[in-house]
Amino acid sequence: MADVDVLDLTVLDRWLRLFAASVAEQKDTLTALDAAIGDADHGANMHRGMTAVVEALDATPPADPAALFKQTGMVLVRSVGGASGPLYGTFFLRMAPATGGAGALEPETFAKALRAGVEGVVARGKAEPGDKTMLDALAPALDALDAALAAGESLAAALRQASTAADEGRDATTPLVARKGRASYLGERSADHQDPGATSAALLVGAAAAAVAGP
Amino acid sequence: MKKLLNDPADLVAESLRGVERAHPELRVDHEQRILYRADAPVRGKVGLLSGGGSGHEPAHAGFIGPGMLDAVCAGEVFTSPVPDQMAEATKQIDGGAGVLHLVWNYTGDVMNFDMAAELAAAETDTTVEAVVMNDDVAVEDSLFTAGRRGTGAAIAVEKIVGAAAEQGRGLSELADLARRVNDASRSMGMALTSCTVPAKGSPTFDLPDDEIEIGIGIHGEPGRRRVPLASAHDIAGMLVDPILADRDFTGGEGVLVFVNGMGATPALELYLMYNEVAALLDKAGVVPVRTLVGPYVTSLDMAGCSVSITRLDDELLRLWDAPVATSALRWGM
Repeated sequence: MADVDVLDLTVLDRWLRLFAASVAEQKDTLTALDAAIGDADHGANMHRGMTAVVEALDATPPADPAALFKQTGMVLVRSVGGASGPLYGTFFLRMAPATGGAGALEPETFAKALRAGVEGVVARGKAEPGDKTMLDALAPALDALDAALAAGESLAAALRQASTAADEGRDATTPLVARKGRASYLGERSADHQDPGATSAALLVGAAAAAVAGP
Repeated sequence: MKKLLNDPADLVAESLRGVERAHPELRVDHEQRILYRADAPVRGKVGLLSGGGSGHEPAHAGFIGPGMLDAVCAGEVFTSPVPDQMAEATKQIDGGAGVLHLVWNYTGDVMNFDMAAELAAAETDTTVEAVVMNDDVAVEDSLFTAGRRGTGAAIAVEKIVGAAAEQGRGLSELADLARRVNDASRSMGMALTSCTVPAKGSPTFDLPDDEIEIGIGIHGEPGRRRVPLASAHDIAGMLVDPILADRDFTGGEGVLVFVNGMGATPALELYLMYNEVAALLDKAGVVPVRTLVGPYVTSLDMAGCSVSITRLDDELLRLWDAPVATSALRWGM
């Protein structure tokens, strides 16, 4: 199957399922990263949440992208708890209105919706870049996506570059001292550990790149 | 991992079944994981709601009852409950005088309670106020972090505000009182061992036999620093000194001293610690007039303790002494 150039319900559904699969596969890694600087539950919580998201997609297939994002956000807020629930939940809830009710999203609309989602995360969590949070993977990914789309790259190429930027952002959290979340209680001791939230966020961007590259 | 379990995934649900059977004075909504005092909502009384992750037992359900909380929401182990739970509990305990959320200061709890207050405001006409409790002096540079954690002092806040709520005081007065007790309190904790989250199955961090963690929270997270194992006498100093350095505890009616067990430390050792803590306070001219010694805010099977001190004035002392009838604290009734 060829790369896709718009994100319809099939592609977005695939994105979420691929993210759920990566979280399931990386569950123990996410938890181990969280054990080092947090409370050892990020893998279990995200796995519970994304399993519920997939169950909801099966039980009540959404009518359009906005409904898909809203349903996903609500399910995450309901099922995850901790800090990840409100943050990932808010991310998807804020994406919904930014789709403008379209049945399939042009790349620029998708990028705009992602940005609205990340702005929601910032509003909810009050984090800034460099605080050693999921934002450190998401913010560079958005910038890379916008830049690639503006340069006329295909959706697939742009999301690949976004995924690379997210991975680099995730890796760059390792030396940082955490200033938000539970890891911040450790002060200097939080350095030399990769941030679990940035790690799951990089999986989210990676899943989007994989979803448009076809199965 | 060696624990009393069937399936780790069912731990919280099955434990709540046990709470319900053991405590008919509570009403348990298993679907939403909310525990209520059976007679909630109490007409004309401000409803008090708290909650948080599981793994801190008897916090939080052990503090539901006349003279303390009206309901708590239970999350997964060490994971904040979700906004739907809190919004539902808020509706159910509103006796017409509003609802006060007593929130332990952790990123997840604060965000979920925020979202719950938004939901409750959108769906009902219940007036909600929230007070965030943050007493842990181990968190330095609190302006550049998630702020000081809510730990042992929450028990003083919930008990004292619970008593004032029974007197029929209004929502904003209770919120002010909660802030006042929080401001009058400081805590510091330490771990002899890590703890094992059942879903993970192994200790959260490795702590060699000859080392301890100072400045821990209540989720098995490592502390501020790791030091060689010391005598109880020296450990008491490591906990009490930063508390006394952070606030003046002299004057008033004296202080409430709370030596809390983290879950796996026997009462025998906790009373020995209280002896050391009290000696240090004597030396500093701080006068304990009320004490609480035991495992009340635990971190699963962690060994260790925390010390919380609350400065009491005449009013706070009277409210602490007022009747309370919960499964974990009970006197005067």
